[in-house]
Amino acid sequence: MTLADAQALTTALRTVVHRPDADAVLLSLVLEDFSRFTPMAATDGDDALILDVTGCTHLFGDEVGLVRAVTARSDRIGLKIQTSLASTPQMARVLARFGRGGIFAPEQDRLAVRALPIAALELNEKEHQALTRVGLRTLGDLDDRSTAPLAARFGTDLPVRLARILGQEDVRITPLYPSPPCVIDRILFEPITEMTDIEAVIGDLLVEAIAWLDQRRLGGRAFEVAFFRVDGATRRVSVRTGRATRDAPSVIRLFKERLAALANPLDPGFGFDQLRLSVPVTQAMASTQLGFEAEPTDREDLDRLIDRLTARLGPDAVGRFEPVESHVPERASRLVWAGRRYNGSAWPSRDPGSPPLRPLQMFAPPQPIETVSLAPDGPPAQFRWRRVTHSIARAEGPERIAGEWWCRPGHRTRDYYRIEDYEGHRFWVFRAGFYGEESEPRWYIHGLFA
Amino acid sequence: MPSALQIEQLKIRLAGLSRHERGGRPEGFTLGMDRIDAYLEPGPCLYCLHDIHAEATADAVTANAFALGLASRATQDRPLVWVFQDSARQEAGGLHGPGLHELGLRPEGVLVVRVRDATALLAAGEEALRSGAVGAVLMSGWGEAKAITLTASRRLALAARAGGSTGFLVRAAAKSVPSAAETRWSVRAALSRGLEAGAPGRPAFVASLIRSRQGAAPAEWALEWDRENRAFCEPAMLSGRLVSVPVFRSTSARGNATGLRQTG
Repeated sequence: MTLADAQALTTALRTVVHRPDADAVLLSLVLEDFSRFTPMAATDGDDALILDVTGCTHLFGDEVGLVRAVTARSDRIGLKIQTSLASTPQMARVLARFGRGGIFAPEQDRLAVRALPIAALELNEKEHQALTRVGLRTLGDLDDRSTAPLAARFGTDLPVRLARILGQEDVRITPLYPSPPCVIDRILFEPITEMTDIEAVIGDLLVEAIAWLDQRRLGGRAFEVAFFRVDGATRRVSVRTGRATRDAPSVIRLFKERLAALANPLDPGFGFDQLRLSVPVTQAMASTQLGFEAEPTDREDLDRLIDRLTARLGPDAVGRFEPVESHVPERASRLVWAGRRYNGSAWPSRDPGSPPLRPLQMFAPPQPIETVSLAPDGPPAQFRWRRVTHSIARAEGPERIAGEWWCRPGHRTRDYYRIEDYEGHRFWVFRAGFYGEESEPRWYIHGLFA
Repeated sequence: MPSALQIEQLKIRLAGLSRHERGGRPEGFTLGMDRIDAYLEPGPCLYCLHDIHAEATADAVTANAFALGLASRATQDRPLVWVFQDSARQEAGGLHGPGLHELGLRPEGVLVVRVRDATALLAAGEEALRSGAVGAVLMSGWGEAKAITLTASRRLALAARAGGSTGFLVRAAAKSVPSAAETRWSVRAALSRGLEAGAPGRPAFVASLIRSRQGAAPAEWALEWDRENRAFCEPAMLSGRLVSVPVFRSTSARGNATGLRQTG
């Protein structure tokens, strides 16, 4: 019926505009918040969440306590929800959507699902009618039949779905965040806001995580702390290290640096009531035997320095140059994160007799200059850059570097010249294009030599 | 009144505690050029801070290259950290990996740290000096930064001694400031010794020692960087091809900073 008809039928009708995008945002925020109950959580459609609480129920006492906590939290947010707890995700889903919810023990959930109508299979109109016309009303009726005629009549999809709903096949959900191998939670009765308390709790969690790693002879390469606020906002902060580590003090120090250097500082609001430490990336690490005088090697010290600088400035700021197989100067090398092991590729060889052929510092993008040259193909005799004119005393060139025509067809061939002015400043300039083409060639300065 | 024996024992204990000082004089590194090495015997000291500045904005790259040469001599095979201020990138260009390689260094032994401003430059430099994992730390700043004070340079010097690394603070487009550095240098570019056909030659500059805590008097040298031996060397005399080109201009004729002007 239309809205006008509905309003005519009852005067006390409250209408709200449906905004699916806002609903989706709300659902994702609720998902972030409900991740406090379990790290494995996912959305289901646009109006439901599935939480895989295997092994998490002890945090809230038992299953009843968990469901009560979930219901209480959603009441606080203002959502009316229907929960159901069963042994597989699909069973829980149909029990919540088409049943009346509740907590089901391993065998009772199957009986409850059998009692559901066949609308729970979510078939299309024709198939639904076909099933009801032959008298199959509940899932239990379907279950009693053999699968072969059903598959023949309705396709193989139907028995598979039926098997999943009845719990014979257990397909786990795909959580929003991949589940890390090690997860340690700390639920706080009193929400904390002070940075010292937060660091203390992180320290405790780290000790437990290190013990877990130690048992399995693993080291952590990345550590992440998730902060759950009382009002539902969540924040995740992670650090990574260049080499696997089980050393709690250095990881705590990295977290302190990271929290101090966050662009968007950590805002406790009314306080955090749950902190979760997870170790998403681990690596096999044998226990090292410390000598009497524990002298850490230079390499370890350098890795620790790289980790500390990365935690403070970000991975883009700490790097090492690596050669790239490209003759275009802008792409001849790249800066990779210093924590990565050197891949061993070689730099192009140097000619012993010649001076440096590449500048120490380069402009990106090259800056335009105005030149005066004696010959069209020769180096400039004078050029003007940043409102200063330079007279050239020495020049060498041209070194012709064509563009990579296979990726950038419009790139003009460049003739590079190494030039020096009378004061001893050495420049790397180029001319893009040739004289005699339709568009005039342009001169640029690309770099400065030592 | 402590006895002579006790004083001797205390001296031995002190010598054992400070790993880097032998007989009161710190060790130094050589530049590779006999004239300078003889003048600065035993060389600019290791495990301390050196200050290099270039007054002209055009000489920024020259100052960086000179400091890089010193740093590579000081660090030998250990890693080198280069802390680079982003604002210098607009003025003089960002670092270029093949350029490092062409100057004779191994780029895999150079850790490049990019920072936003002078405060971060000093903080990152101090962190690297104190870590004890690197041989030399080069900090390239730009312009007159308020953050670079006497106290800041003292902190860097202490961090260098604690961590066993040598620090080099390069300030481009800046004047000489009071600093706790062991040696203070001023650098400007010089015309290079040309190759045949008038091509520019090896990197050449003029370095002036303004102040040395070890007592050497101020002096000025013309230098070239020899990348094969990773050392500084004497530039040969110019051939007669270029006529009436003064290589060294007198300081009075320089007046204001000539050369490249700052953008904006």
